[in-house]
Amino acid sequence: MSAPTYDLGTLHGGLRLPGHKSASTGQAIIDVPVPAQLVLPITQHVGDPSQPVVGIGERVLKGQLIAESDGTLSAPVHAPSSGKIIAIEPWPVSRRYGENAPCIVIECDGKDEAVLPADMPGNTPANFTTLAPADLLTKILQGGIVGLGGAAFPTAQKLMQARTCKIDHLLLNGVECESYISCDDLLMRERAGEIVNGAQILMHALQIDVCFIAIESDKPEAIRALALVLGEINDERIVIKQVPTIYPSGGEDQLVQLVTNREVPSGGLPSDVGCLVQNVGTAAAIHDWVVDNQPLISRVTTITGDGVASPVNVRARIGTTISDIIELAGGYTDSAKQLIIGGPMTGKSVTTDRVPLVKATNCILVSSETPSPGPALPCIRCGDCAAVCPVQLLPQQLFWYACADDEDKMREFGLMDCIECGCCDLVCPSHIPLTADFRVAKGRIQELADEKARAARARQRFEARSNRLEREQTERETELAQQKASAKKAGPSAIAEILKRKQTSKDDE
Amino acid sequence: MWTAVITIAVIALLAGFGLSIASRRLPSDDGDLVEQVNDLLPQTQCAQCGYPGCRPFATAVVEGTAAINLCPPGGEETVRQLANLLGRKVIPLAESVEPCVAIIDEALCIGCAHCRSACPVDAIVGAHQLMHTIIESECTGCELCVAPCPVDCISMKPLT
Repeated sequence: MSAPTYDLGTLHGGLRLPGHKSASTGQAIIDVPVPAQLVLPITQHVGDPSQPVVGIGERVLKGQLIAESDGTLSAPVHAPSSGKIIAIEPWPVSRRYGENAPCIVIECDGKDEAVLPADMPGNTPANFTTLAPADLLTKILQGGIVGLGGAAFPTAQKLMQARTCKIDHLLLNGVECESYISCDDLLMRERAGEIVNGAQILMHALQIDVCFIAIESDKPEAIRALALVLGEINDERIVIKQVPTIYPSGGEDQLVQLVTNREVPSGGLPSDVGCLVQNVGTAAAIHDWVVDNQPLISRVTTITGDGVASPVNVRARIGTTISDIIELAGGYTDSAKQLIIGGPMTGKSVTTDRVPLVKATNCILVSSETPSPGPALPCIRCGDCAAVCPVQLLPQQLFWYACADDEDKMREFGLMDCIECGCCDLVCPSHIPLTADFRVAKGRIQELADEKARAARARQRFEARSNRLEREQTERETELAQQKASAKKAGPSAIAEILKRKQTSKDDE
Repeated sequence: MWTAVITIAVIALLAGFGLSIASRRLPSDDGDLVEQVNDLLPQTQCAQCGYPGCRPFATAVVEGTAAINLCPPGGEETVRQLANLLGRKVIPLAESVEPCVAIIDEALCIGCAHCRSACPVDAIVGAHQLMHTIIESECTGCELCVAPCPVDCISMKPLT
């Protein structure tokens, strides 16, 4: 079956940002050598932390499972190279909340000795189509694969959730709309075959036969490379879709709207409108794991900005510290001022380059200027923010309620649908840090909801306990009453007889 | 004119009479209010307000015998919400506590099970003569288990 054709949907608002991508797209992806030490956070994904299954001093091989997934939403972690576990301790990481997180530290021996393919879990036959979709999902779960676009949602769980819905389209996200980042662009140019193969695996796992690969129109080389591969394998189910270069067209919901003209409902998921979105990097990782038995132990990342000498895309082992990678990009320039993990819009600035590269790190941005546009001035209610908001919210109104701490109103005005893209910040003539305020407010609303849920659970337990105590009390009382009644029934003569019998038995002794 | 005055007066009297009977006979909506107040409380059942649980405190608040600022785990937020609901003034909290969970030092525990029967939310598990432990995710930090322990092996750990 060939894919249906849709007219492109339109994206509300959005911005045309300066790309700054050409700096890092000039040369091919460079492989970073295995460093002396690898630092692997046990939480590199959305959800519950994984549980270490190795001890300090133990020798591990490349690809060996070192932390297994624990809980319903989690992903395992594998050793990216061979070496010895020297510590499991807190280490600085780049995360939105908190600075230190438990990490497994491996001292590499430089041999890069891999686990034998036969020892890998769920060894796959060369042809994945012979596997049942459920087995394929189990296999993907074991590979530690998470969304590589930056959100790091465990892929297997996303697929399992999607299987409970009626899905008819797979969307591969090669949009990469944020400035500076070019790792997906380079990956599509160099590994188009693996990406397409990953798409075929995903389509088989979900039993769907339409796949769109969405790419921004400013990436002609990537489009050419993928078109070449598609022409060779002649798979009519997969179609390349060019989308306009507008930030944030690469957001999951925005991409669904652009490509299929379907709108993801408020608070819903793309699966509600029959779509599943996966990053192109994730597709390549799935290929590597399912076909080549290589779990997610390395990724491509962009090192760029005017703070590094030669911006470039590198393929580095997960756990390599940022300082090691920056060295490969020629080190810092004199103007380097700020280190940001992620892109300029959604990234997080960190204070040390000791943080490791994790599965979600798609960009390391070293910028010269500190992005401080001046002090925030009062809102003049110009409405520019509402015009650019891709989710069609009213940021100025939300800001009003955020200042008043009015959580109910903020929820009513759709704060929870905010994707924190930062467009409103950028256009605000008063330089109000809207996104930061919304992030805080969202955290607070979540906190209140959690507290409410906690209270409800405590109350349920308390009431269950009170009921139980009451029941036990009545049971005791009825039992006592029964004993009394049976004693009465027997009458005083029976009691006298029992006493007499006791007396005689005593006398016999 | 007098007929009109008398008619209105009689209607008013009848209506007043009807209303007074209805208010006495029909169930009052205080029960709903107690429920609403109880919903705003943190349900730790800690008795730090001086009442043996959240619902008794809610009842006392509705009856007007308890002030609205007596719930330490609820904090300022609860005082604000209660004031909003009941149309009273926001007053500062009488006493504040940090959110905590109880921790049993398992090496010291002698398995007397006194703490288990003190816990209002059944968050302590363990059999007689054996070590006890606290289900951290269910502990409300009410501190009611601390006092009954004969070997002082329970301490309160602040939640970060």
